[in-house]
Amino acid sequence: MADRFAVDVADLTVAYRDQPVLWDVDLQVSEGVLMAIVGPNGAGKTTLIKAILGLVPTAAGRVLIYEAPVPRQRRRIAYVPQRGSVDWDFPTSVLDVVTMGTYGTLGWIKRPGKEEHARAREALAKVGMAGFADRQIAQLSGGQQQRVFLARALVQDADVYFMDEPFQGVDATTEKAIVTLLQNLREAGKTVLVVHHDLPTVPEYFDWVLLLNVRRIAAGPVAEVFTNENLRQTYGGRVPFEPQTVQPPQAVVSQPLTS
Amino acid sequence: MDVLQALFSDYTLRTVALGAATLGVVSGSLGTFAVLRGQSLLGDAISHAALPGIAVAFLLTSSKAPLVLVLGAALAGWLGTLAVMQITERSRIPFDAALGLVLSVFFGFGMMLLTVIQRLPNANQAGLDKFLFGQAAALLTADVVVMAVLGAVALLVMVLFWKEFKLLLFDPDYAASLGFPIRAIDVLLTTLLVIAIVIGLQTVGVVLMSAILIAPAAAARQWTDRLTLVVLLAAVFGALSGVAGAVLSATTQRLPTGPTIVLCATVLVVVSLLFAPNRGVVAGWWRTLRNRRVLRTAGVLEDLYTLALQHPDLHHGHAIGALRTMTARPASVEPSLQVLERRGWVEPKGEEAWALTDDGLVMARQLCGEKEEA
Repeated sequence: MADRFAVDVADLTVAYRDQPVLWDVDLQVSEGVLMAIVGPNGAGKTTLIKAILGLVPTAAGRVLIYEAPVPRQRRRIAYVPQRGSVDWDFPTSVLDVVTMGTYGTLGWIKRPGKEEHARAREALAKVGMAGFADRQIAQLSGGQQQRVFLARALVQDADVYFMDEPFQGVDATTEKAIVTLLQNLREAGKTVLVVHHDLPTVPEYFDWVLLLNVRRIAAGPVAEVFTNENLRQTYGGRVPFEPQTVQPPQAVVSQPLTS
Repeated sequence: MDVLQALFSDYTLRTVALGAATLGVVSGSLGTFAVLRGQSLLGDAISHAALPGIAVAFLLTSSKAPLVLVLGAALAGWLGTLAVMQITERSRIPFDAALGLVLSVFFGFGMMLLTVIQRLPNANQAGLDKFLFGQAAALLTADVVVMAVLGAVALLVMVLFWKEFKLLLFDPDYAASLGFPIRAIDVLLTTLLVIAIVIGLQTVGVVLMSAILIAPAAAARQWTDRLTLVVLLAAVFGALSGVAGAVLSATTQRLPTGPTIVLCATVLVVVSLLFAPNRGVVAGWWRTLRNRRVLRTAGVLEDLYTLALQHPDLHHGHAIGALRTMTARPASVEPSLQVLERRGWVEPKGEEAWALTDDGLVMARQLCGEKEEA
């Protein structure tokens, strides 16, 4: 799979009014890579994901998923938006939200039935939320909301996953559980791109990293590009974290998901 | 009883009630989508924007046929919505300001046209001003037929695209990532909203139409956490307030229909806000009171435990006066002790003194242990 990129982005540029938010970003990610996207606030991390998925208008650039444009590859893409992007007081249940992951394959007008709900329950079990299917989403904690969003993406059974800050506001146990989940996805040959904020855990959780600040600063294996110099460039001199001398990514102790 | 009887026998009243029920069901259920989307006031802009459409339709055709006027209203309402969307998208004017702008400009233009129409030497012009505050008594069978057909179509589309609408409401970005054309779904939903509004205009009037979109949904949301039930309940609430208001106003002299319907809906909203389980204000008070009582009772148990620890015999009795000095609400000590006694956690020891039982000791240790852990 040397030349077969799961994600292939070229010259991607996004501007809000006259202000460039993303400038000429190139990115190529091979299949089976677990990649972190890091950068300071306003670096365009969320915008990059949204631009790749075609959710915001782009000024220039081209995006290919497995060598085809995104609109033709929707079935192979799953998106986990930021938890705060929806109204959790919306009158619906956990199972309903996770079942939304089946809507893409279901197509217009058709309603989710037994099979779709079974798939949703399966995904809920994978994130350790099997007992929460009939709960109202308003009753969930932050970590549980995050897991519900992950389950919804898992239902899609996609090949490429885009996740926007899946670790935001979750406790340590949930964080470990999510990491295990991401690594399982990678083991299954999926490609996962994750907007991440916590620099110290990057070498531990991910094998690739994209350092982004409007422009692409560096991208590649963590051991090669997660360097002090690159971080300084990304964060404008104020590096909030000093990476250890280059070390291979460690395996994280696998921990079963618990609710 | 007379009114009920009249409802079935009196032709006018029956027409009025049927029309009001139709508009209540349609705007109640579709209004729910607008409310859940945080676009409640879009309905207000649409209904106000519809006024010039009615006037222009009349000026062009000199006809007051319900279908003609409704069509004019719908087109203008649609234009208004389009204007709001375009202004929000292409300028830095925020959504609420764009709403206010479109609402007032369209409404002002509509009022101007109405004045012009009233000066026309045409006997037919009378009655268009009923679109301001609504007039249920003027409903004819032809009107109700148009309302029912349009409403049925709107509800059918709502049921068909239920899944898509729910997805759009809850998480539009995710919907787009799945490949759903959210703009098209948005346009469809807005069109349904326009339909719901125009079929209510003659009865409720442009000024208050948005209330019958928002109020039933707001009331229904209080009672349930399931979207299907919220929509159904909003439809029922909409029909109830529509029929009650319309019949009241049709049977009473000089009672404007729109305001009466809105008042009926308001009653439902107030009752729902106050008395709904879980979300209701009263339920909230009750929970706070109960929590406070539980906390105070637990506090007394802990205080007794603290005192007991100072004696070799943990079941030593302690004066109620001592417990009173340990809390900010001394008056609550005695009722709390009685609650604890009923549970078998404390027992009286002589005059005005209390001691922990074995069970009480276990409870108190658990309580204090939990606190240290947290």
